Amino acid sequence: MMIKKELELYVHIPFCVRKCAYCDFLSAPADMQERTLYADALTKEIRAEKEEYRNYKVSTIFLGGGTPSVLDEGEITEIFGALYDSFDISGSAEITMEVNPGTVTEGKAAVWKKCGVNRLSIGLQSVNDDELRMLGRIHTYREFLNTWEIVRRAGFRNVNIDLISAIPGQTLESWCRTLRTAAELEPEHISAYSLIIEEGTPFYERYAEEAGCNFETENDKAREADGGQTVLPPLPDEDTEREIYKATEEILDGYGYHRYEISNYAKDGYECRHNLGYWERKEYLGLGLGASSLINECRFRNTADIKKYLDFFGKSILDTADSSEQLCGAGCRMDIREEVESLSCEDRMEEFMFLGLRKTEGISMKEFCEAFDRDIFEVYGPQIRKMEEQGLLIVQDGRISLTERGTDVSNYVFSEFIL
Amino acid sequence: MAVIDQSKIRNFCIIAHIDHGKSTLADRIIEMTGLLTSREMQAQVLDNMDLERERGITIKAQAVRTIYKADDGEEYMFNLIDTPGHVDFNYEVSRSLAACDGAILVVDAAQGVEAQTLANVYLALDHDLDVMPVINKIDLPSADPERVKEEIEDVIGIDAEDAPLISAKTGQNVHEVLEQIVKKIPAPAGDPKAPLKALIFDSKYDPYKGVIVFCRIKEGTVKKGTPMLMMATGAKAEVVEVGTFGAGQFIPCDELSAGMVGYITASLKNVKDTHVGDTITNAENPCAEPLPGYKKVNPMVYCGLYPADGAKYPDLRDALEKLQLNDAALQFEPETSVALGFGFRCGFLGLLHLEIIQERLEREYNLDLVTTAPSVIYKVHKTSGEVIDLTNPTNMPDPSEIDYMEEPMVKAEIMVTSEYIGAIMDLCQERRGIYQSMEYIEEKRAVLHYHLPLNEIIYDFFDALKSRSRGYASFDYEMMGYQRSELVKLDILINKEEVDALSFIVFAGSAYDRGRRMCEKLKQEIPRQLFEIPIQAAIGSKIIARETVKAMRKDVLAKCYGGDISRKKKLLEKQKEGKKRMRQVGNVEIPQKAFMSVLKLDDD
Repeated sequence: MMIKKELELYVHIPFCVRKCAYCDFLSAPADMQERTLYADALTKEIRAEKEEYRNYKVSTIFLGGGTPSVLDEGEITEIFGALYDSFDISGSAEITMEVNPGTVTEGKAAVWKKCGVNRLSIGLQSVNDDELRMLGRIHTYREFLNTWEIVRRAGFRNVNIDLISAIPGQTLESWCRTLRTAAELEPEHISAYSLIIEEGTPFYERYAEEAGCNFETENDKAREADGGQTVLPPLPDEDTEREIYKATEEILDGYGYHRYEISNYAKDGYECRHNLGYWERKEYLGLGLGASSLINECRFRNTADIKKYLDFFGKSILDTADSSEQLCGAGCRMDIREEVESLSCEDRMEEFMFLGLRKTEGISMKEFCEAFDRDIFEVYGPQIRKMEEQGLLIVQDGRISLTERGTDVSNYVFSEFIL
Repeated sequence: MAVIDQSKIRNFCIIAHIDHGKSTLADRIIEMTGLLTSREMQAQVLDNMDLERERGITIKAQAVRTIYKADDGEEYMFNLIDTPGHVDFNYEVSRSLAACDGAILVVDAAQGVEAQTLANVYLALDHDLDVMPVINKIDLPSADPERVKEEIEDVIGIDAEDAPLISAKTGQNVHEVLEQIVKKIPAPAGDPKAPLKALIFDSKYDPYKGVIVFCRIKEGTVKKGTPMLMMATGAKAEVVEVGTFGAGQFIPCDELSAGMVGYITASLKNVKDTHVGDTITNAENPCAEPLPGYKKVNPMVYCGLYPADGAKYPDLRDALEKLQLNDAALQFEPETSVALGFGFRCGFLGLLHLEIIQERLEREYNLDLVTTAPSVIYKVHKTSGEVIDLTNPTNMPDPSEIDYMEEPMVKAEIMVTSEYIGAIMDLCQERRGIYQSMEYIEEKRAVLHYHLPLNEIIYDFFDALKSRSRGYASFDYEMMGYQRSELVKLDILINKEEVDALSFIVFAGSAYDRGRRMCEKLKQEIPRQLFEIPIQAAIGSKIIARETVKAMRKDVLAKCYGGDISRKKKLLEKQKEGKKRMRQVGNVEIPQKAFMSVLKLDDD
């Protein structure tokens, strides 16, 4: 019997209630009509993949966004129906859905459960309502608690809470309070990202200069961007930021969370398998607008143009949807696939390093050798030694991993491994 | 073409202030004499380097021969010799002028006489050329030809009464210029039977023909097989080919005789054998005396040129050697810097020459360069009595060995409208200028005479002049020898290590200010690294300024969402690219542009 290959699925829901001030993901508020059209197109895209991936067994599914929890019960059921019909999904698959406070009801939670969702990721970001407002979030801490209770009552026993540090105006104290408050709820997983000022966001206009993005900013524009209502405080200074960094691991460790990736902490056995898959270069298929894939050492990405996406699946696939022999596989889907990049051996080695090093356990030198048939020092000897000398990498027991300082400046370390 | 009668030859050049339309008029003349049809004309035929066309300046002397059928029915041979207009190339200009019998002076009908106009006219008069004024750009709304005529007569003192009023751009009245060339510019003299005496006014290296010498035959005749001798360098070679200049091409002919302008090729492999200004004669029948005025040109400004990628060192050497084939004034010798590795200390005629060479290396030879701060030649009088010419700050002897130092000075002539006189005087003051005199050339315009140290004008004096006068000031200078001065070597220490490529020599009184601004500038240019980096300016062991580059703050990838790895990789690649442009000095990485940014301290 043929052993099926492992596959992860990522499903993108590009909608949210309101765009946050720091967010540069592919997401925007949408009306019901557009959502329905999208759910429909997405379903068709999923079904169109049925033949192409029949030799794969799906080990994880991740519904990300945007805010997938804005979808109503019917839309979610339809999407999962298509997934179960089209893919061979393992009985022990990790199925995660991202949700945001203010969009969760008991009814929805029950449907998710029924659909097999067994892991939720809730965007809390901060327990401080002023900070939440600053970020442009739509919810308060109280509203989050309401959501939290709903999902726990619905029986979700694997839940992540997303937090963001280094928010404008944040102090070390307020961050520690956020961490402790969240940890005391005993979620199984905590993601603690540090705010990155991304180009194209309202925050960028205001903070690019402070964050050292080396770009001219127009403060007037920033004021316009936030409607002139709030005067945004400055970003935490460098010392505070460093303290925030240190405090995070210490505090979470005290609550029984271990860091397994640059920004991710979990109780034993609750590491997010889907995300680890990215760092371990497992194959994954992205479905939906702008979703990325890695299949057969080839990376590609669906179009980020919603009109193009809807047109494509609304028309071409719609017309032939019922006659499965006409369903096009990879061939005609190329129309909506952009940035197709077949990875060379060099590309793969680079990825092996800069993805693998994100994990606290780092990379295995033996695995490198097995994957590329070359000794890691033959390829990266000088880089590894240089980073080791600078105290950013540690080579130990056949593994290479980031030191604490290396984690702080991980981009600096990773860029060394670009060949 | 049949051998032309000497009386039908006109050898002339066009002189003008930059932008007054010299090259455009040259184009028009070439076009209207029928050598090229309008369709074949590419704007500015004579400036055939891309760089020249872009900057609108002439770098190398060029020559072209055209045939003009005049109103009197006769055919005349015009040899138009285009000269570089910039003060850096003064010597080349003077040699080009020596090859002519007359000069057309182009003056802008709106701007009038400028400092460079004056300098060029005096140069032409020094060579006994007949200067024939032409007033250009009369199509401009602000043109005031009558005023400009008066100005030419008052300021320069030449008759401008019947100066043609033209627009070289539209071709209006250019015919009149052609007629005046025939009437006003004298035919050449010289005996074709006398021993050969020819002036080299330029030379060029061609990979197939070897060295091509541009010359004006003053006496005698030269043809294929003539054994020639360069009187100054002593180089000898047999003539392979002689000819005249088409537009962008060489037209071989049987012989060149007295009065003619043309080219000679011989089996010479190095333009160094053919110095501009040298006299060519017949080795077997030499003339008694070389033509007067030859001098060896010496570089005035030096700087270090380093390949950004150390592996390109041999490429840089090859490129410099090739450029030198066509540019005898360019000098270079290998040097090493702790910070920049292997490179060359190069000598240039001036800052424009430096910039041009740098740009040509980058464009024509695809080299990425790091340039160190330009330096002039200082004379160091040591206590031992020895005098050394210092071209590289790194070689400055220990202060205890120095008795005193001297720096080169220039005589500057600045022409400015009256409202900016104050601002320009302030500028000259700041640059240690010594006021000499001022005279009004007309009601609202004056010429300021200053003595200035050359090292104060090699950086950005010209830019400062333009910005403080809103573009109305023009400037010209000539060297006037050395003067004793209080000079110190300013060193820059990054992370406590001296960076040799950043050292420079500065007037003691400006050292503190300069050091402080260098540190500030470097602080902006050096990115944060893993640790804090002090930047210090020092004179000897004394620290005079300090700044600190803080340690790197967080540098982590944002949430890697939905497996969008490609985008993250692009960021890392960009970062890696940035690292490549760094120079490792000790354990600090310094971006290449930091070495050059210190040249622009006066931006703010």
